[in-house]
Amino acid sequence: MVQYTGAHLDASFAALSDATRRGVLEQLGRADASITDLAEKFRMTLTGMKKHVGVLEQAGLVTTEKIGRVRNCKLGLRRLEEEAMWIERYRQLWEARFDELDKVVEGSKRKERVDGRRKK
Amino acid sequence: MDVGRSSQPSSMKNRMSVERKSERELVVTRTINAPPRIVFEAWTKAELFQRWWVPKSLGLTLLSCELDVRVGGAYRLVFRHPAAPEPMAFHGRYLEVTPPSRLVWTNEEAGGNGQITTVTLEERAGQTLLVVHDLYPSKEALDEDIGSGSMSWNDETFNQLDELLGSATNME
Repeated sequence: MVQYTGAHLDASFAALSDATRRGVLEQLGRADASITDLAEKFRMTLTGMKKHVGVLEQAGLVTTEKIGRVRNCKLGLRRLEEEAMWIERYRQLWEARFDELDKVVEGSKRKERVDGRRKK
Repeated sequence: MDVGRSSQPSSMKNRMSVERKSERELVVTRTINAPPRIVFEAWTKAELFQRWWVPKSLGLTLLSCELDVRVGGAYRLVFRHPAAPEPMAFHGRYLEVTPPSRLVWTNEEAGGNGQITTVTLEERAGQTLLVVHDLYPSKEALDEDIGSGSMSWNDETFNQLDELLGSATNME
């Protein structure tokens, strides 16, 4: 039922195509962590980890928040769900509108045919 | 008359797509079974527009609908939702009016942070390919809309409507 947009899926797949990033998601599924924690855990430079987290953040899979001098990371799945739900509701609104619009234009077309016949 | 043709093939219906095209754009596409001339009227004549823009199935009652469809002209829709104590309004101005192919308006419920809506109508073998494009001033403005749970009109009072819609999709 929930439909993700193309651009979003691309970003998500790109983010998940890397083993380290999948590991980071797994790690954050257990507990929130700072970039420093993650860099240590994955034996990586701070800059390298920042890049990975950046990709995950872009895809909406992770959210980060700076608390003092530490950047804290946590899973952003809720956010992604929220967006998918919102888009689904937006779709429902437009579907309901277009169903009514179909009726309105059918009415206009009928009226035009009747008026056209009268003119002849 | 025409009994045999009364049911259209299902492919004719619901050919709709919704896409978050970029960080600050939403695009809805749908084919309507009438030429642009007729569809454009349904967007610009108040007596037609009010019959479909606020779908009855959402439980809303339209109180008034004024459309001054010309460049710089204002529109204002006021309606009531059973869960909201006060009537709610959409309002804004038309930036472009090009019959029967293009209509652009602002959404000013949220002050200066609303999206610009562009509707294009393209003739396709007697039918109309309709594209509704919402461009937000920033990624933050669209994210805020999404985050607040409001619908496209960026108005907190609309959370009520959102709840109503949410009851249909919320599977928790």
